[in-house]
Amino acid sequence: MSLVDKPDGLLPPAVESAPVEEHGPALVPARHESPGRRFRRRFLRSWVTRLALLVLAAWLVTAIAASWLAPHDPLAQDLQARRLPPGSPDHLLGTDTLGRDTLSRLIFGARVAAQAAITSVTVGLVVGVVPALVAGLLKGWWDAVFSRAADALLSFPPLLLALAIVGVMGPNLTNAMLAIGIVFVPRFYRIVRAATLSVREETYIEASRSIGTPTHWLLRRHVLPNVLAPLAVQISIAFGFAILAEASLSFLGLGVQAPDPSWGSMLSEGRAAWFYTPWPLIVPATTIVLCVLACNVTGDGLADSVGRERGRA
Amino acid sequence: MASAVRSRRVLQLVGRRLLTIVPLLVIVSLLTFSLVFLIPGDPAQRIAGESASPEQVEAVRTQLGLDLPVHEQFWNYLSGLAHGDLGTSFTFRTPVTELLLDRLPVTLSITVVAMVFALLIGIPAGVLAGRRAGRWQDRAVTVGSTLGLATPNFVLGLLLTLVVGIQLGWLPATGYQPLADGFWPWLQHLLMPGFALGVVAAAEIARQLRASLADVLRQDYVRTATAKGMLPGSVVWKHALKNAMMPVVTVVGLQVGYLLGGTAVIETVFGVKGLGDFAVQSVLAGDLPAIQGMVVFAVLIAVTASLLVDITYGYLNPRGGDA
Repeated sequence: MSLVDKPDGLLPPAVESAPVEEHGPALVPARHESPGRRFRRRFLRSWVTRLALLVLAAWLVTAIAASWLAPHDPLAQDLQARRLPPGSPDHLLGTDTLGRDTLSRLIFGARVAAQAAITSVTVGLVVGVVPALVAGLLKGWWDAVFSRAADALLSFPPLLLALAIVGVMGPNLTNAMLAIGIVFVPRFYRIVRAATLSVREETYIEASRSIGTPTHWLLRRHVLPNVLAPLAVQISIAFGFAILAEASLSFLGLGVQAPDPSWGSMLSEGRAAWFYTPWPLIVPATTIVLCVLACNVTGDGLADSVGRERGRA
Repeated sequence: MASAVRSRRVLQLVGRRLLTIVPLLVIVSLLTFSLVFLIPGDPAQRIAGESASPEQVEAVRTQLGLDLPVHEQFWNYLSGLAHGDLGTSFTFRTPVTELLLDRLPVTLSITVVAMVFALLIGIPAGVLAGRRAGRWQDRAVTVGSTLGLATPNFVLGLLLTLVVGIQLGWLPATGYQPLADGFWPWLQHLLMPGFALGVVAAAEIARQLRASLADVLRQDYVRTATAKGMLPGSVVWKHALKNAMMPVVTVVGLQVGYLLGGTAVIETVFGVKGLGDFAVQSVLAGDLPAIQGMVVFAVLIAVTASLLVDITYGYLNPRGGDA
């Protein structure tokens, strides 16, 4: 009967809702596989996830090695070689209306995107995780204050919040990255607080506390491993959002400033050049979709392999 | 009788939610108010401009109340908000509330069309994938929604306006026509921005619905209904969907905020003068009251949407909706 088919497709996220046993070793069946190995096996099971990881790795390597990989100076204009189509001898992905090499601009754009993603996620983690641990462990007054602030931050439409912060602090890449990071703060906060709270209630924590285990040890040994899985899912989704937000802000002229290349600013230049050549628009557009796709697929893969429901804030 | 009980429960729910919304809005306005402290250097100097004389800077300071103690500044700001006063825009020299209300219909139109697209695409796709879980239809929807989630709405919008709008000339590439000028001209201008904006929401809805429907279809009462000889179509549409829709309703509510944020870029792409465009223009001009006002306004819309979602939830869920 088709209606009761067990899904085994690419993404069976929320359907696999049977919760993972979290009651300690007594309930775990005899067949033992270390959590790390089980995670790796489940995570790398699908070729889609492996492909996504490959794309992410390529992106990060490109970002780090941009200066070596780029065949041309991304700002150098060659007015003899304007609007070349992809596949031209010296310009693999063609050139834009000013004769700048599209591939080189794309490569340096990858660096900007990676910087934006890493910086904003770091800001989100640093500002979000510490209050979450405090709120989860101490509860009471701290929890009330931090949680209300997080709720308020969550009620802002994400892109608009970033826009407002950039507007006040002034439009440039650093401020754009900070602004995107603040968008992540309440999302990371919620996940870590929930995980901390649930761990806090466990009997083994109480036992551990009663024999005088210091708090930082409890955090590292018990809270962190429980937080890691849902946090990793959220981080990979945050990476995708950061790419998108940086591109949006730079497209609007609020992030990277001309003539520096970013995928977003390439889109706005590509739009102006559309009637002469579509490539300066199509190339960055495809790249953005590909990278966001890779981030999301990785997030889905992570979510599936830790056996929890997807936590999209 | 049952409906009377339900109505009363929904009313209670609304009352409880309002009790949490008011403090939330106070904190939101505190955060929005605090934006002034993010201005690097002296806010009065920045607002008055580089070339302003010290007297002009002082005049700005007094005019904005920046010389008052912080708590008094916040109190003034808050009591202004409570009276619907969002301050005066620096660039337009007009009350921000007026400017926002002026542009509200445009953005509301885009958001509504986007939401309609999202539901029209997302629900059938989700039902199809949920019913055919594990089969090729499911995979097709999954691939489609994964792609939809990864495509930034403004990239899609750019391609649409350039190809469908300008090269093919099928739909107006830019601009907006008020509804008063007729339904078709209005809709014609909204189809592309609405679609571009709605695709992500559609993908989100399809995914959530697929997951919850597949889950519901495995439950006993569905098996019973099928065993009774009920047609599979009626089982899905009459029984399963009502339960499967509940998590979807939450997703729909969350999407309102994303759609509002998305209008900032979409309106720029399509040259539409709505709230999103207003936000971008105020940001580019560094118009602080306009930025603050815009943000508070957007939160108000998003919170109202989530309240509506809760009410829907209350009606859908026969067991009582403690969300």
